[in-house]
Amino acid sequence: MPSPYVTHPEAREIVFDFLEGYDVLGAFWMTVKLTALSAVGSLIWGTLLAAMRVSPVPLMRGFGTAYVNIVRNIPLTVIILFSSLGLADIFGVTLGTDDFKAQGFRLAVLGFVAYTAAFVCEALRSGINTVPVGQAEAARAIGLGFSQTLRLIVLPQAFRSVIGPLANVLIALTKNTTVAAAIGVAEAAALMKTMIENEAQTLLIGAVFAFGFVVLTLPTGLILGWLSKRLAVKR
Amino acid sequence: MSSVLYDTPGPRAKRRNVVLSVVFFVLLVLLLWWIYRTMDDKNQLTSALWKPFTESEAWTTYLLPGLANTLKAAALAMVIGLPLGAVFGIARLSDHRWVRAVSGTVVEFFRAIPVLLLMLFANEFYSRSTNVGSADRPLYAVVTGLVLYNAAVLAEVVRAGILSLPKGQTEAAYAIGLRKGQTMSSILLPQAVTAMLPAIVSQLVVIVKDTALGGVMIGFTELLNARGTLAANYANVIPSFIVVAAMYIVLNFILTSFASWLERYLRRSKRSTGAVLGAEDMEELNPAAVGGTFGTGAGGGFGSGTGV
Amino acid sequence: MKLRKVTAASAAVLALSLAATACGGNDDDSSSSGSGGGGKVKVGIKYDQPGLGLKKPDGSFAGFDVDVATYVAKELGYKPDQIEFVETKSADRENALARGDVKYIVATYSITDERKQKVDFAGPYLLAHQDLLVKKDSKISKGTDLNGKNLCSVTGSTSAQNVQKTIAPKANLKQVSSYSECIAGLQSGAVDAVTTDDSILAGFASQDQYKGKFKLAGLKLSNENYGIGVKKGDTATVDKINKALEKMVSDGSWQKAVDANFGPADYNNEPAPKIGQLVK
Repeated sequence: MPSPYVTHPEAREIVFDFLEGYDVLGAFWMTVKLTALSAVGSLIWGTLLAAMRVSPVPLMRGFGTAYVNIVRNIPLTVIILFSSLGLADIFGVTLGTDDFKAQGFRLAVLGFVAYTAAFVCEALRSGINTVPVGQAEAARAIGLGFSQTLRLIVLPQAFRSVIGPLANVLIALTKNTTVAAAIGVAEAAALMKTMIENEAQTLLIGAVFAFGFVVLTLPTGLILGWLSKRLAVKR
Repeated sequence: MSSVLYDTPGPRAKRRNVVLSVVFFVLLVLLLWWIYRTMDDKNQLTSALWKPFTESEAWTTYLLPGLANTLKAAALAMVIGLPLGAVFGIARLSDHRWVRAVSGTVVEFFRAIPVLLLMLFANEFYSRSTNVGSADRPLYAVVTGLVLYNAAVLAEVVRAGILSLPKGQTEAAYAIGLRKGQTMSSILLPQAVTAMLPAIVSQLVVIVKDTALGGVMIGFTELLNARGTLAANYANVIPSFIVVAAMYIVLNFILTSFASWLERYLRRSKRSTGAVLGAEDMEELNPAAVGGTFGTGAGGGFGSGTGV
Repeated sequence: MKLRKVTAASAAVLALSLAATACGGNDDDSSSSGSGGGGKVKVGIKYDQPGLGLKKPDGSFAGFDVDVATYVAKELGYKPDQIEFVETKSADRENALARGDVKYIVATYSITDERKQKVDFAGPYLLAHQDLLVKKDSKISKGTDLNGKNLCSVTGSTSAQNVQKTIAPKANLKQVSSYSECIAGLQSGAVDAVTTDDSILAGFASQDQYKGKFKLAGLKLSNENYGIGVKKGDTATVDKINKALEKMVSDGSWQKAVDANFGPADYNNEPAPKIGQLVK
């Protein structure tokens, strides 16, 4: 069935003419890949950082605190540029590939993980704060050590209570992946920059990409918001 | 930080902690050693590359003008974005359903879009449809992108600020015969603005960080962009990155410290209603993951946060 | 009372920054309208290309483009202190001329048919070629050697497209935002070659930090006729600039400027091009 709005075939052609020759879906797929890999990585690294920040070893606590406060205060753009120009070019961290396209992608993921983990860590830490003291005390009373208390008792409850904040971090990450355009990763913002410079329909192109991000971020917020309400520890 | 997560360490735990500390320390030292060795190998530590930063010219010609532009864009974005955000924040609290719906849609829309897309779009828009000079255009584009995004975030801040006030404030205002507009402008807003101050300062950190995008993607001559001109002159790409990163850290550290000082000050202050929007509340409001409080979170928004 | 103070203080800060930005606005207005006969002449150059247009630590500008721009300004009747250099990035050049933000642009601006539709060109004043910059001991000597090698250029530049399409499609191309970053990668060994106009490469190679470390491969992969961009239709200025360029060549200042800016980089410059004659 033809679309009720643009019925005339020629009109449809004119409206979507500018999309021809550009791989918009491919660019958004790149955004999704960047987001997914960085999300997994930053969840792991962020959890480790959070564990360090509440650990009994002062040196680890110090490292965790320093890491979070340094990384959060640097613009993501600086981190992403540095992973390409510093890590790769000077330190020789090529992440297992010499092909610059693949390398740029992996370096961008590395940068996003390094940056986002700081926020995951902070979200988790505040989640740990919401677990009632009695839970940890009871765990210690039955003889569990620090890592057991954290792993079996505190973190499972903390994770459930921070799904909301973590969802916000994920949404922010989705939007932040556009910064990868700065080191030439062919994701959505990079394509939009090319298209907007070469085509006349500035407004339409802007709308298409804005719509793409609304589609990516809105369900994330809704689903995880629903999940966080469902899983919230009732106290 | 004696924690409920672990007992006061006994002899065995103490030994284990010492071993862990030593292992962790060795790993850290190895990492630093590797960084030092690689930089030395690649001649990144030669004095010629670092010396410029000890001379005033590198600062007065490149870095400080760049920093000034960073601050200018951030300040403009805040000064324009805040009133705009206030309008939308208040509109979302309106009694009229359609006002709420429209303002809510606008706010949610701009919060969902990456600020970089807004900047790119604004840049192209100014270039094609207005006669903004090419020297000023990057600044306009950066500020426009930042304003659109941050007004949406600040709208949420304002809304949360007003909602954080005790209900009695509104009731008392109505009781002495003030109308809705009067209640908002002379009772709620002034208190909300005070409650919001720490959150607003925290948001400045996000804005400062986002200006860097304009430097790389649309050629706005802010700090990160000025680094490029500097590096072309002294041929010191890596040292200049390190120095500029340090500048951002110091600047944002000052801002976050100021925000948490404000927060503590306002919480202590007896005359306030005790309603304060801290940086931790901001992290919930702003998906761009705010700079946040420095050090240990000052026991903000989360319920039973008795220091674990 | 304290509460009021905080609010008042923040209001004061806001007011101050408003005032400050208002002043800034006025400033911009007065300077951008001064492109006519107000005494100053605005000239577009690059700020980050050693040898051509570079902002020096003392705030002055140096390079071949800057020398040409200064000479032309002198011939147009401006004193050195009346010249105001403005940074015109590659993407902004047409726009800056069309709006009259600058009177003319001397910024490695190759004359092409596409650009000629939007701006007028005086000159050419230099014939450059796309070339490769490699390490002194490198074995890369022709375009096809690049296949399988790591190559660096600036995102979206014509040089990069040239290599990908015709010269060496299998080259592993790294695209960065400025050439100084490419050169740093070349020095560290992350890339094997940097490609763009030989004039730009020569400028970097003659920097103190890089002197003697790199060489130009000497390939003429393309012909780049550098022209001076002028607002479309402003033929009077084009003629005046052309006369100035002719004089610059005939009185020897042209060669002097070439030697001074590209000298240290064993750069074999082409002879001064004839005005209006493009090498295709």
